[in-house]
Amino acid sequence: MKLLRQLIFPLIAVVAAFLVGAIFVLLIGDSPVETYRQLLGNAFSWPDGIGYTLFNATPLIFTGLAVAVAFRCGLLNIGAEGQLYVASFATAWVCILFGGVVVDVFGQPVNYSIVSLPAIILIPLGCLTAIVVGALWGAIPGFLKARFGSHEVINTIMMNFIAVALVSYFTQYHYKVPGDPILETAPVGAAAHIPRLGKFIPGLPERIPLNLAFILALIACALVYIFLWRTKWGYEIRATGANPTAAEYGGINVRKQIVLAMAVSGGLAGMVGINEVMGYRYRYYDGFSDNYGFTGIAVALLGRNHPVGVIFAAILFAILSRGGIFVDAFTEHVSKDLVQVLQGTIILFVAAEAIFRGPFGRFGLLKRSKV
Amino acid sequence: MKRCPTCNRTYSDETLSFCLADGALLSASEDPQATLTLPSSQDPQETLRIPASQIPQVTQPSPSAPKTTALELRNITKRFGDVLANDHVTISVMPGTIHAIVGENGAGKSTAMRIAYGFYTADSGDIIVDGEVRDIKTPHDAIALGIGMVHQHFMLVEPMTVAENIVLGAEPGSVAGLDLKKAAAEIRALSNEFKLSVDPNATIESLSVGQQQRVELMKALYRRARLLILDEPTAVLTPQEVEEFFAILRNMREQGKTIIIITHKLSEVLAISDDVTVMRDGRVVGELKTKDTNAAELARLMVGREVLLRVEKSEAKPGDVVLSVRDFSVTARDGSRRVDKVSFDVQRGEIVGIAGVEGNGQTELIEALAGLVDPARVSGRVEYLARDITNANARTRKEQGIAHVPEDRHRRGLLLDFNLAENSILGIHYRRPAVAGLGGILLNDSGIQKRAAQVIKDFDVRPPNPELPARALSGGNQQKLIIGREFELEPKLLLVSQPTRGVDIGAIEFIHRKLVSLRDAGCAVLLVSAELEEVTALADRLLIIHEGRIVGEVDPKQATTEEIGLLMTGGKG
Repeated sequence: MKLLRQLIFPLIAVVAAFLVGAIFVLLIGDSPVETYRQLLGNAFSWPDGIGYTLFNATPLIFTGLAVAVAFRCGLLNIGAEGQLYVASFATAWVCILFGGVVVDVFGQPVNYSIVSLPAIILIPLGCLTAIVVGALWGAIPGFLKARFGSHEVINTIMMNFIAVALVSYFTQYHYKVPGDPILETAPVGAAAHIPRLGKFIPGLPERIPLNLAFILALIACALVYIFLWRTKWGYEIRATGANPTAAEYGGINVRKQIVLAMAVSGGLAGMVGINEVMGYRYRYYDGFSDNYGFTGIAVALLGRNHPVGVIFAAILFAILSRGGIFVDAFTEHVSKDLVQVLQGTIILFVAAEAIFRGPFGRFGLLKRSKV
Repeated sequence: MKRCPTCNRTYSDETLSFCLADGALLSASEDPQATLTLPSSQDPQETLRIPASQIPQVTQPSPSAPKTTALELRNITKRFGDVLANDHVTISVMPGTIHAIVGENGAGKSTAMRIAYGFYTADSGDIIVDGEVRDIKTPHDAIALGIGMVHQHFMLVEPMTVAENIVLGAEPGSVAGLDLKKAAAEIRALSNEFKLSVDPNATIESLSVGQQQRVELMKALYRRARLLILDEPTAVLTPQEVEEFFAILRNMREQGKTIIIITHKLSEVLAISDDVTVMRDGRVVGELKTKDTNAAELARLMVGREVLLRVEKSEAKPGDVVLSVRDFSVTARDGSRRVDKVSFDVQRGEIVGIAGVEGNGQTELIEALAGLVDPARVSGRVEYLARDITNANARTRKEQGIAHVPEDRHRRGLLLDFNLAENSILGIHYRRPAVAGLGGILLNDSGIQKRAAQVIKDFDVRPPNPELPARALSGGNQQKLIIGREFELEPKLLLVSQPTRGVDIGAIEFIHRKLVSLRDAGCAVLLVSAELEEVTALADRLLIIHEGRIVGEVDPKQATTEEIGLLMTGGKG
């Protein structure tokens, strides 16, 4: 019953958004049934549909979790985009520096590293880099808020610009292989590659980039759940988010919680780098993020800031973003912008939930509950 | 449902045997020894039998009495979602009277009056003004019919003058020119007529709270209100101001105005009103003449059971000094000094009360003593059990045995969206029994549930479901949850602020008993309350605070309300 209550509004929001989307499709002059078949139907084929959907969902799970953790502390982290860029670049940098000899874009073996570490050390080191750098980048606006009271929304947005410009600059002027026409770094050492799931799952070809980072994302969901609801630190973060003055009364250092929550949030966003650099492209590719950080806000919102909800919401958004390509290709008039319409409408309907719920709930349909 | 054979009033309370209006027997029983039976508080099976001789006898209304009511609500029903706020409420207010409507929080008294004033529309039922059924949809309709309402929280524009505030929304003169002179003259005339002594040219911010309230009255009078609805008008007033205010109300009654006063303070009901309507759970449970009733009866009707209005406590046996405050000052963020060099001690086994008009530094004093004020903003010295804790933080103080019941339970005391179990460990969430495993990182569910069950059981928190969010509880039960949580810490010092604000009478009695038993167990208690009756009843010693300074200490058993009230206003009265 409790679970049903949690599910019902996101479900209503999604269904309502699809109805609104259908009106648009009709107005444009296509069949909604056919369009939605293209949009959704391709997600469930084996192995490509499922494989790519889960691969696309991986970064969204990380960023969705990132936004959710910050939100539980009463903070709106708009900076996941910047955090994941900086973390991805740093991961690539570490994995190049300790990765040994690699084959560059011209097929020549080159060595950019100072030392060649084995996979058993380099992989954890790369993962740790992604988390720590993301956490540090996230902790900065947290610190600014705790120390000076400057608003995290403004600071995280501004730090997104800094992050994107910074990593672009480094890539272009310092870490690009001379002559490479693409804005990307040299490849990371083979020891830094994390296996694709095709290695373990029969019938799933290794060309599909779904990799161990997806499993890591699921583990992160479990850990975030334990952290938030089963540890004293999570209690303090949630108490701060629920009522900072009461948290202060309960002997909780509210400022510390703000920095901690932003650091954890940034670390989770940074884990996108593990999927991108170590599991997919094996290099830092400038501008790789398909707005993962911003879509993460929508994912967290639809997932009700709960790790389990985030998984489902991330998969839905992954289905939509991949389905958009099919809509573009196989319908007569409708373009993949339909996905934007659907995403926007879903968010609108999820946000409209506040009308029904909460202390100012107009209709008192559902009482607020803890999750 | 029972019906009175003589006046045809109906009662839903099956336990009533007599009509509360004229004393006629409700049931068919002809027994001359009939008693008013009410369920006992101890044992619901048992009933209290009150001999007929003690039942208020109400004289039959004389034929000459005016038949037309000034305001009548007839069978008003109003539902908010699942909550039946008003259930066939019928209230008759005779012209030229002061009519009190009493009831606990959530009894529906404010709802009924807001319906009369057009804030809400009733689901069913009629509003009858001066004998005619009227359709009141907005406050404008009510004002047009001569009904005015003064809210508990004033609605005044501080930097503007009295006259400007009064005419706001009813500006005289043409569109082009606002004729303030004419308004000021009218206001002065009104002020003289009703002895309000308000200067129309003074700015609101320069007025005392009592004067501001008179401006609110004036606003209603200026709009030609013949019937005034006052919502908890005395909540913000000092005892002296209450007296003045009542004099004004009586004077207005002489002038033919009808006044409805919503309150939960029984002493005021008895002091000022002619008639009382008692509400409970959205229903009218009694209509009485004030002169024929008493506080105990009103309390019983309000709560639905026998209530102990006095605090029963033995003589205090003070022990060692637990808290010693010396030259202690607290500065607000804006730089103003809120607590100014106060010095006092609190000993084991005594309750020290601090009385004062709200906003005179009590809040800041208690928060600072609880460690919730930045050490940079306090000066002086605070010793607890002979240890200097002036700069200790909230957590350290709590660990050393200082518990704190904050004055604002929603802002400070509770995490409203957290459930009762989670709320029951706020402040001890990082130590046993709330944590266990992984070196004390993981929360210990069984320990938390045990603590929650303890608090819920010992402090009678209802409904007793630890999974409910704190938001779902009534004010009284929220307060019991907080007090229970703090008492379970077995504190050596308890800082308690407004322990019964917005709490039902039944819970007040319970909380008072618990405070006294904590004192008797050897705890030092520092109590702040805006309710003078409460501090004088509970405290063993009473300090009076005015503008951040302690201006006197009195023996609460000896001192009169006037004496204390005089000190509370800085001796100026």
